[in-house]
Amino acid sequence: MTRLELQNLNKVYSPQSIPVKNLSLSVEEGEFLTLLGPSGCGKSTILRLIAGLESPTAGQIRIGDREVSKLRAGDRNIAMVFQSYALYPHMTVYENIASGLKLRKMPAREIQQRVTEVSWVLGLEEFLQRKPGQLSGGQRQRVAVGRALVRRPDVFLLDEPLSNLDALLRERVRAELKQLFESQRSPVVYVTHDQTEAMTLSTKVAVLSNGFLQQLDSPQQIYNYPINQFVASFVGSPQMNLIPVVCQGQYALLGTSKIPLPAMTMIPPQVILGIRPEQVRLASEGQPTTVQGQVFLVENLGMHNLLSVRVAGSPGETSAAPIMLRALLPADQPWRESVSLVLPPEAIHWFDGQTGGRLGDGSS
Amino acid sequence: MNNVQSRSLIFKVILTGAIGLIALFCLAPVLWQVLTSLKTGQEILAIPNRYWPQHYTLDNYTVLFTDRPFLRYILNSGFVSLASTGLCLSIGTPAAYALARLRLWGQQFILAGILVVTLFPYVLLFLGLLEILQALKLGNNYLALIVPYTAINLPLTILVMRSFFQQLPQDLEDAAQVDGYSTWQMLTQILLPMTTPALVTTGILAFIFSWNEFIFALTFITQDDLKTIPVAAAQLSGATVFDVPYGPIAAATVLGTFPLVLLVLFFQRQIVQGLTAGAVKG
Repeated sequence: MTRLELQNLNKVYSPQSIPVKNLSLSVEEGEFLTLLGPSGCGKSTILRLIAGLESPTAGQIRIGDREVSKLRAGDRNIAMVFQSYALYPHMTVYENIASGLKLRKMPAREIQQRVTEVSWVLGLEEFLQRKPGQLSGGQRQRVAVGRALVRRPDVFLLDEPLSNLDALLRERVRAELKQLFESQRSPVVYVTHDQTEAMTLSTKVAVLSNGFLQQLDSPQQIYNYPINQFVASFVGSPQMNLIPVVCQGQYALLGTSKIPLPAMTMIPPQVILGIRPEQVRLASEGQPTTVQGQVFLVENLGMHNLLSVRVAGSPGETSAAPIMLRALLPADQPWRESVSLVLPPEAIHWFDGQTGGRLGDGSS
Repeated sequence: MNNVQSRSLIFKVILTGAIGLIALFCLAPVLWQVLTSLKTGQEILAIPNRYWPQHYTLDNYTVLFTDRPFLRYILNSGFVSLASTGLCLSIGTPAAYALARLRLWGQQFILAGILVVTLFPYVLLFLGLLEILQALKLGNNYLALIVPYTAINLPLTILVMRSFFQQLPQDLEDAAQVDGYSTWQMLTQILLPMTTPALVTTGILAFIFSWNEFIFALTFITQDDLKTIPVAAAQLSGATVFDVPYGPIAAATVLGTFPLVLLVLFFQRQIVQGLTAGAVKG
């Protein structure tokens, strides 16, 4: 039974630079947790803390029932895949994969057996006697994964393992990684700034910003119910429309249309309306709540067209910056220069303009 | 087409000629020594000058070993140079690693200090060192040469090795830690194999300095059987002041240079690697 648990973890370099602030989370057996966030959000530091490459200023790290935060990296029984792969350049692929086992004084026959098994799974059999310098990027990446797998560690840590691969290869390796890690039980912690990787690979995603954990949930939950404005804007591509709106009673004004606000005890002074571009639709004849606007930019994404629409200004608003709304339409759907759009009420997210927190549905 | 071909041919001829001239210019003194060492005494002094010997002789070399203990001098030089180079690398490499990787307090001052020491003309040190050696009763002792040579070569070793360590990716050491290497195992099994070119380059520089050093070797060692090659070669003399043994001197010079040439040829590949390390992203 292995389970990774972080309790009130803190890392302080200086009062100005605190990459990890009071983080608590756990990864159960068989779970795949992705730490997702922009660069500088502390996600790599968290991984290095778990690995034992840095020591926490405060807090505990538990693997199973062991408290490991005082242990050396080598004694924690974890394996890590680095962004640069960090293969030992003077050793052959076989020696690279076997090095961790040799250090643990495993009998030679068992090492041989394990390396053969892992290299078969990863398709590395023919490269075992080569040096890393003679391999392509994708092959090196697989050796790095093999070096981690062969250890059968209590926890797997992966630090942006796909970011050095080209786009096509990345997609393939992503699928391979998913299969590989689904076929074993140790918890996996994966760091990335790529939300597609986070959404496709994980059973759980932790969105981080500024050293704080913003939301820890399943990928679906994070996509459908972002807990605050940061998560809403960071997850999802193309990015969610986030529009500051003026409120009148129980309605928000967007252009000339009135959109009902969710049930709230008190309406905050600033409200932000969020809707994903893929959920904005073209209005059919005679639909009531529509938003009128002018298309000023079309981006062809192949399967879809991404329209940028300038919303016709609401009366009494003399704002210099016009309100913009982006809509993702199927490529075969026709549209005109001047469009009317429907924002389905169930797809709208409301956020407090000051705190960024989610409004309505009882969560705030 | 033809024109282009003949042009490139002319270019090749000029290039080859230029390379040949430069090589001749650089090698001429060495060649002259080699030729002189193979001439008889008469031919050396012959007027008009005889560039190419007509009678080859190895007498000048045999004289060095029969009349004087030249083998002993070579061994002295070898021992002193090897010992100081070994010391230099084994002290300098860990120091360089610490300066490259650990965030030391006052690191900038240490580095500046090291740099200043390399700028200091070492010849000025010898009077002071002589006093120290007398006080420590180290005169006529190999240590009198080994310790100063090590000290003089240390700054360069540290600076070169430090910049080499700095360009090794940090991830590699992290990976080794996660794999379970202890710091010592990491240094010996991961880092040292990767730093061989740098070690060889700095080692050879230190070795050449120690092998060729003259002033200290002349001042600190007076006992004949402890002398090193440069001093011994310089002290070769004939029966009278006017009888300069040009042949044996040339032979001694060639003998003294030969081990260095062998060494450099043997480690040629590593030296080039070491000199260009970090120049291109590997």
